[in-house]
Amino acid sequence: MKRFDKERLLLGFAGPALALLVAILLSAVVLLASGKNPIEPFRLMIDYAQNVDIQVLIINQWGTYYLAALAVAIGFRMNLFNIGVDGQYRFAAMVSALVGAKIALPGPLHIFVIVITAMFVGAFWAGIAGILKTTRGVSEVVSTIMLNSIATGLIAWLTLPAQFGVQPEGSNNLTTGMIPESGWFPGLKVNDLAGDIYGFVFVAAGLGIVYWFVLNRTRFGFDLRATGASESAAAASGVDAKRMVLTSMLISGAVAGLAGMPVLLGETHTYSQSFPVGVGFTGITIALLGRNNPVGIALAALLIAFLDKASTALDYEGYPKEIATIMQGLIVISVVVSYETVRRYGLRRQQSRVGEELAAAAKNNREEVSV
Amino acid sequence: MALAGITAAAAAVALAGCGSSSSSGGSGSDDDKKIKAALAYDIGGRGDQSFNDASYAGLEKAKKDLGIDVREVEPTDGESDADKAQRLGELARQGYNPVIAVGFANAPAVKEAAPKFPKTTFGIVDDASVKAKNVANLVFADEQASYLAGVAAAKATKSNTVGFVGGVETPLIKKFDAGYSQGVKDTNPKVKVVKKYLTQPPDMSGFAKPDLGKDAAKGQLDQNADVIFHAAGGAGNGVIQETAEADKWAIGVDSDQYEQKALSKWKDQILTSATKNVSGAVFDVIKSVQDGKPQSGVVRYDLKDDGVGLSDSNPEYAKVKDLEKAVDEARKKIDDGSVKVRTSP
Repeated sequence: MKRFDKERLLLGFAGPALALLVAILLSAVVLLASGKNPIEPFRLMIDYAQNVDIQVLIINQWGTYYLAALAVAIGFRMNLFNIGVDGQYRFAAMVSALVGAKIALPGPLHIFVIVITAMFVGAFWAGIAGILKTTRGVSEVVSTIMLNSIATGLIAWLTLPAQFGVQPEGSNNLTTGMIPESGWFPGLKVNDLAGDIYGFVFVAAGLGIVYWFVLNRTRFGFDLRATGASESAAAASGVDAKRMVLTSMLISGAVAGLAGMPVLLGETHTYSQSFPVGVGFTGITIALLGRNNPVGIALAALLIAFLDKASTALDYEGYPKEIATIMQGLIVISVVVSYETVRRYGLRRQQSRVGEELAAAAKNNREEVSV
Repeated sequence: MALAGITAAAAAVALAGCGSSSSSGGSGSDDDKKIKAALAYDIGGRGDQSFNDASYAGLEKAKKDLGIDVREVEPTDGESDADKAQRLGELARQGYNPVIAVGFANAPAVKEAAPKFPKTTFGIVDDASVKAKNVANLVFADEQASYLAGVAAAKATKSNTVGFVGGVETPLIKKFDAGYSQGVKDTNPKVKVVKKYLTQPPDMSGFAKPDLGKDAAKGQLDQNADVIFHAAGGAGNGVIQETAEADKWAIGVDSDQYEQKALSKWKDQILTSATKNVSGAVFDVIKSVQDGKPQSGVVRYDLKDDGVGLSDSNPEYAKVKDLEKAVDEARKKIDDGSVKVRTSP
């Protein structure tokens, strides 16, 4: 039993490692084909990431990506494809920014209200898809994509000056107004140039531990994984599958709502038209790459954040920074292919071993019979 | 991406109004004080056939005419203000001066970076909210040019219905909408304006996808509109195509689209364009730094100094009855202040 686990662990690492290697090689080929040095960009990016200010940016981005990927992963474990993380994240950030700007409370309480609002709004938005799935059988893939669009329209309407929007003097931006300083999450100051590491990044890391604990050490986590693996089998053993679908959708949405908090509480203190978008989709990439494992997701989020931030160096040296985008795309493709390859390899090994054991047993049987 | 790059280059050449580009720039004469200029794009980057491209044209012109080194950097999707601020700061640290940021989304980043590099001039296009001694706010009276476009549309329409297609419903594009609608109503109150915005922020594809523009134009033509003004960047090409193919008038935006190569097939139906001299503004900042008198504070480009305007290169423009006269009168009224153009609808 011990030996088997070690092998599984090894195979688990082989997937992403193989994917990364293939992605780097393919990126080098793309560079070669466009007549560029195939190695220099990677060296430039690694060099650039040695700077403290870049490291701070990477860590801060990591927090956002980690939360978004956890939200996606919760769905994945339940066999649910929550594509709506982006819409849940944006809608939650907007509403909580608005609530935060309208109220004045003492420090910790103010932050608490903003965070709870974000979780509630994210859960509510994902919950719509959950209810549609459990009562009407609507695929969550379709409904969450549509809810993304609806969120876009709703946010655009709510942030108009006629509703709750604020257009600062001389600006062409629309915001939800500034959150008073009591609602700012204190950060960890690195130095004057590099700025702060958002305090909420540490909350994100803590949530990773909670994710691991709930999924692996609680009855609820077991039910969730069981239902994800086989709904009918779980139902047969007394799990209310519909309830699990709705619950996991709500939790996924609540975590998606948290994804906006590092930036909102640590930096912008308002939701505006320049609030980061697309975070939920990057979260899907990261959850896939990290195989829904909290440590795997953490490493994957670090990799993607590194590619995002370090690729700025390419612009300064005359390389197109789209190389990093191409590489992210290649990683996703390689991940899918290599996981499948590794899975099949593992399956074949398992089959041949079982076959060998059976053959040996049969041989023993025959010998016993003949004796 | 490659295609976008090519169209961007083509558009840039057309905008700069010069023949061939791609000179390697920077002749390397180190004896006179040499400056380096950098441009940080807004989301969408080069190839948006809108203000990013226009800024690029200004940068290219500076590279050629002033012989300076230039650098352009693009944002990444999903980045925050901190990333933008770091990038602007990094450019300043590398000795680029001026550092010009395109678009309102860069305003918080300029606000953060400018105090850290007091000797560097930061330019910001389309924002006047960040005030500092070393910040030049390059803003345009888009509503004035749009007002004139409205006057032209009201004079050219026969069906008494004109259209407006906005790319993304942002306060900036609403300035175009407001000016245009007011221009139409002031000229002929009986003319109806039908409006359509292609997408809502943060979905910026309304500046990029010509098929969205085509659909919107089709809808407005069905509503009997016979002049359509677009403020939709690259998506506006679809508006122009659809309108021209129906033999109705289109009004272009940003640059004189009658002269744009990519649109030459439909140019006869491009009545005029509401122009916005972003490339000139970018060039001016760079030149001011080179001359040792860097611009500071709000630099406003309006009708008076041709920072915005209405083009008349299509021969058909002069043939529409009373049009030129009405536009000239409106221009005078805006100049002397008897007409105040609204900036929001």
